[in-house]
Amino acid sequence: MPEFAISVEGLSKRYLVGHQIARVERYTALRDVIARSAINLGRKTINMVRGRPIVEGDEVEEFWALKDISFDIRDGDRVGIIGRNGAGKSTLLKILSRVTEPTNGRLKISGKVASLLEVGTGFHPELTGRENIFLNGAILGMTRNDIRSKFDEIVAFAEIEKFLDTPVKRYSSGMYVRLAFAVAAHLEPEILVVDEVLAVGDAAFQKKCLGKMEQAGSEGRTVLFVSHNMAMISSLCDKAIQLENGQLVAQGSSESVIINYATSGRSSPAAADYRSSRRRIGDEFAELLAADIRNERGEAILEIEINKPFSVRMEYQISIGTDRHFVPNFHFHRADGSCAFIVSSEAKRHLSGHEYAAVCFIPPNFMNDGLYSVRLALSSFESGVSVHFDEIGALTFNVRDPIDGVPTRVSGYTGPIPGSVRPLLTWTVAPID
Amino acid sequence: MKPGSEESTLVIEAGLAERHYWRDLWRYRELFYVLAWRDISVRYKQTIIGVLWALLRPLLTMLVFTLVFSRIAKLPSEGTAPYALMVFAGLLPWQFFSTSLAESSNSLIDNSNLISKIYFPRLIVPTASVVVSFADFLISFIILLGLMIWYQFLPGWQIFALPLFIALGFLASLGPGLWIASLNVKYRDFRYVIPFIVQLGLYVSPVGFSSSLVPEQWRLLYSLNPMVGVIDGFRWAILGGQAAIYWEGLLLSCAVTVFFLWLGVRHFRRMERSFADLI
Repeated sequence: MPEFAISVEGLSKRYLVGHQIARVERYTALRDVIARSAINLGRKTINMVRGRPIVEGDEVEEFWALKDISFDIRDGDRVGIIGRNGAGKSTLLKILSRVTEPTNGRLKISGKVASLLEVGTGFHPELTGRENIFLNGAILGMTRNDIRSKFDEIVAFAEIEKFLDTPVKRYSSGMYVRLAFAVAAHLEPEILVVDEVLAVGDAAFQKKCLGKMEQAGSEGRTVLFVSHNMAMISSLCDKAIQLENGQLVAQGSSESVIINYATSGRSSPAAADYRSSRRRIGDEFAELLAADIRNERGEAILEIEINKPFSVRMEYQISIGTDRHFVPNFHFHRADGSCAFIVSSEAKRHLSGHEYAAVCFIPPNFMNDGLYSVRLALSSFESGVSVHFDEIGALTFNVRDPIDGVPTRVSGYTGPIPGSVRPLLTWTVAPID
Repeated sequence: MKPGSEESTLVIEAGLAERHYWRDLWRYRELFYVLAWRDISVRYKQTIIGVLWALLRPLLTMLVFTLVFSRIAKLPSEGTAPYALMVFAGLLPWQFFSTSLAESSNSLIDNSNLISKIYFPRLIVPTASVVVSFADFLISFIILLGLMIWYQFLPGWQIFALPLFIALGFLASLGPGLWIASLNVKYRDFRYVIPFIVQLGLYVSPVGFSSSLVPEQWRLLYSLNPMVGVIDGFRWAILGGQAAIYWEGLLLSCAVTVFFLWLGVRHFRRMERSFADLI
């Protein structure tokens, strides 16, 4: 029998929101203000008598932050929750961590939950760093003995030894955040629920936090993680859930959900058509028209196996005939935003009023597995560098490693292999005579 | 607790009453201590005379009351007890009541950052804030000792009943405190009602004068104010029988206290689940 850490059935959450009706009056007359206030007062009084909460505004409307969500999370899964602002991610986490109650539906949780919806919840500015460690630890559900035994570790992690007895209101914001996260990072729950809290702190500290969370995952804890940073999701989570307008639109492996998210609203992430879009991409010289990723049979695809060739193709139009030499170039980025490599063709003179297609062929056994996005650009270098268009994240595709029969895995090792590229190179291994 | 074990499985459902609520309350006792400790330790931070404020305020109030009610209005004391001592025996529970009512009523809003981000039984917050006022109360006990030495006044055996009346005062402030705290989350109007109640209550309750001044036929009605019973009890215990206890009134005050406690806890528990959405 599969062990579910969290099992959610038909979960919904409703809020009441008020609207201000737009006024068309040209003058604000005192009479109208008084009349309106009287109506508002009357409505509020009626609400209070009926025991309803007060909602400011002229019209009250129901708003479903979550609507009929169902999913299961197995023990030890690391699940990313993605979606645009207002999709319901934080509401879901709040319900999971019991801060608020669902309007409908039920959920079952097995195990001790620690939720980190905010860094430094309950920190008191007047108290010292030392005191706040105990305060925050207790708020997050640690006992005093837990905290005492981890105290030195927490202080070392936060790197604030010197300021332990200074009130935290005198801390720099970086120190404050480091201390707050350090306490949270030393929680040892069975289920860890984390909202977008890593968006703070400098890059080195973020990396440290990420390492701590990876460790939590590798120790077999169930982790739920909300972030807008797809790189963090893809490196930290093996599964993901996508929410949109309070509804669950996708769930599955984090890679496939991220692709779905990155391309929602478009026909396919691996094929983009800008001809019909209202936004014109380009300048007076050139305009981007379309782009796609194709396999060796010429079909537009989303996912390529690591040992298969594929091509990236972009179509563009040259508007003004000039004596410029245009250079199409593609930038390949990994999911964490880092640049894997850049390729460009030779500079060529183009005919005005013509559409062109630039195709770049990627050989098999060259890129590493993982999620990539392609930035499409057209440049020329006649009078300094000019960039005619530069579309970041235009295409997204996944390089999949089937492991079996992959020439770069002849060693027999089946674990993850880091790096942006994984080329098949020539080796000689021989005894030296 | 092992993961997946039967007792660690938690079911959350809309409108489902929390079955483990009281057990959770016990489990979160650590948080209760910590919150009380936090409020106590920040109370007089960055002040010059610090904790002396807890002594100064009741002392000055006592002096003014003694002057106004005894010297100017020429009101009689209880038996042969010095007037200042009688005022202070009433002022002690009243200050405890008024600060804990005010603190607990605003406690949820003051801790809104916790409530909207972390789960814990919400009852902890107002209860912890009452404990903070209790610390002030204990400090002002020093003044009472000082006064007794000054007047060379020795309390009788009745002083041993004092903890009972302290407990009564605790409950008398907790009940309305919980009720108003939960209402305050929904309707902030109560934020402005509290200082008014506290100010008015000081004159309605027998703080500056003895409750024996109230005409006999009105005394039972007067005891509907739960603090009448508490203050009378304090006077009886501290002044060692110089103040006669009015039993019917005390019982009525107890009943009113229990009623408010029931009302407060019930209303609080019912509202509790929506605190995070409303705050």
